[in-house]
Amino acid sequence: MISFLSHLVNGISLGSVYAIIALGYSMVYGIAKMLNFAHGDVIMVGAYISFCATQYWGMSPLMSVLVAMLVCTVLGVIIERLAYKPLRQASSLAVLITAIGMSYFLQNSAQLIWGANTKSFPSVVEIPTLSLFEGQLLISGETILTVLANIVIMIALTLFTGKTKMGRAMRAVSEDKGAAELMGINVNGTISLTFAIGSALAAVAGVLLCSAYPALMPTTGSMPGIKAFTAAVFGGIGSIPGALIGGLLLGIIEILGKAYVSTELGDAFVFAVLIVVLLVKPTGLLGKKVHEKV
Amino acid sequence: MKMSKKFRSNLLTYGLVIVAFILCQLAVEKVIPGFKMSRSLKGQLVPICVYIVMAVSLNLTVGISGELSLGHAGFMSVGAFSGIVMSAWLVNAFQLENETIRLILAMVTGGVFAGVAGVLIGIPVLRLRGDYLAIVTLAFGEIIRNVMNCLYFSLDGPTLHVGFNNPNLPGKLVVNGPTGATGVDTISTFVMGFVLILFTLFVVLNLINSRSGRAIMAIRDNRIAAESMGINVTKYKMMAFVTSAVLAGMAGALYGLNYSTVTATKFRFDTSILVLVFVVLGGIGNIRGSIIAATVLTILPEVLRAFSDYRMLVYAIVLIVVMLATNSPLLTGLVERIRPKKKTAAKEGEAQ
Repeated sequence: MISFLSHLVNGISLGSVYAIIALGYSMVYGIAKMLNFAHGDVIMVGAYISFCATQYWGMSPLMSVLVAMLVCTVLGVIIERLAYKPLRQASSLAVLITAIGMSYFLQNSAQLIWGANTKSFPSVVEIPTLSLFEGQLLISGETILTVLANIVIMIALTLFTGKTKMGRAMRAVSEDKGAAELMGINVNGTISLTFAIGSALAAVAGVLLCSAYPALMPTTGSMPGIKAFTAAVFGGIGSIPGALIGGLLLGIIEILGKAYVSTELGDAFVFAVLIVVLLVKPTGLLGKKVHEKV
Repeated sequence: MKMSKKFRSNLLTYGLVIVAFILCQLAVEKVIPGFKMSRSLKGQLVPICVYIVMAVSLNLTVGISGELSLGHAGFMSVGAFSGIVMSAWLVNAFQLENETIRLILAMVTGGVFAGVAGVLIGIPVLRLRGDYLAIVTLAFGEIIRNVMNCLYFSLDGPTLHVGFNNPNLPGKLVVNGPTGATGVDTISTFVMGFVLILFTLFVVLNLINSRSGRAIMAIRDNRIAAESMGINVTKYKMMAFVTSAVLAGMAGALYGLNYSTVTATKFRFDTSILVLVFVVLGGIGNIRGSIIAATVLTILPEVLRAFSDYRMLVYAIVLIVVMLATNSPLLTGLVERIRPKKKTAAKEGEAQ
């Protein structure tokens, strides 16, 4: 029972990271209707920046996270402006391939700058480990911080998209770009804003991910990126609560699958559940049903 | 004799492949003095054939049938491992040493198993649409890779043993779970790769220009209209998907038997993406384009070896620049202004 609880806690922790990454995917997909495959690599860049800030530039962990967020925000906007904006009217496949090219570009640049070998990421979390049930169930500071960060981000984003003018502009653009433009909304600016928010979240996710799993290398972001994308689809792409639920469920399923079914098949288990969910609910758990017009 | 435009275009595709093959053979055999091929390029000949077949078969799914598949390497993986097991089993069971026959049988086996996987995957996948279909094919690709990591095959004389997560099998292990297949007889040859390309072209081009092919393209262009014309959507989508899987399986067998060690990690998501890049850069739905893109992009990292550390970076930049140059309205507009001859009809066809 205790071991189950401890796996569950680990699952929630991993799932929270997935949820934060999935948010970036989901928001960008909702607004620009594109799969931003480079998102996973922005996570990696964020983790590297934070690593450099603490190790080489002597910053405090909190400052390093802020610097990483800033760098990733700028990076996200630059990527959008240079690579995705000229392709606004192009086919979705062309945009997808460009995103893949961008992902290769980021990975290889990181390899040139920081080298291919794995770096051990020092945890940025200073919260002591919580011990429950007379020390049988240990909850690490990283887990506590990840879950807290996840909750804060979710609440903040829900309020942002629901209450503020810019948030409402974002929803309007994702609903109908042309109509939003006629209403005087700056569509390009709104899309850039979405990329900025998504990339800042990716930086946070990168730091949290590497604090929990300290191996940092140029390909660190790609697998969590794919899983988070799966999580976004799982919960219904384009929906903020969907990303939360999808991310959490995916993390829990992965950890429990690895613990109780097979370590080798943990990932296969995640994807199998995804397939079953999509077959029952083809637009994800909380996705909107799209009616076909003839 | 008047040839139809399609027939001429197909003839050009075959001709291109045959001429390229003859040139390569001349260079390999050093028939003409001074016209020879570097060692590293010679090593790339079979992989180029494999990637051409992969790209053409994926083009059938993505271009002709209009379904974005991100798990094509999964079928390649199934084909590679079943082909390797088949080739080893033929030696053990029938003392069959003839490499060409073994390779052909291995490719057929790879194709059959990949085809079965294609049917199993196609039934659920083809019910979904658009990006959801893409993510499920990605998921299946990853599942296949994970399952391959847990599979063990061993040969005890002529009997074949299969183990799941269980390496303690009698006899000699042929496929060893996460370590993959080791000590594989490398029986793949460039000539057989060429034959496989011709076979693939024959199958795909004939399918496209047949009644079934037209049905498949009608479904791609407008599913509802096609359905109301009485076309069986599931049947034709399945036909394209499974044909594509079978061809990928055959290419996988050729690939697997080209290296002495093959692991399941070779057929990762990256490989699926790589093949998709060939298809998109070559032009979606354009078979000849896929062939050229697969060849150029497989050689490109070799040519860029002079840049050593920077070569993958340059590759990424080339990819982005080509996509921007061919799709950005700013640049295509500029090209059209320089070349006003290009008919607007062609452009309208592209836009649809």
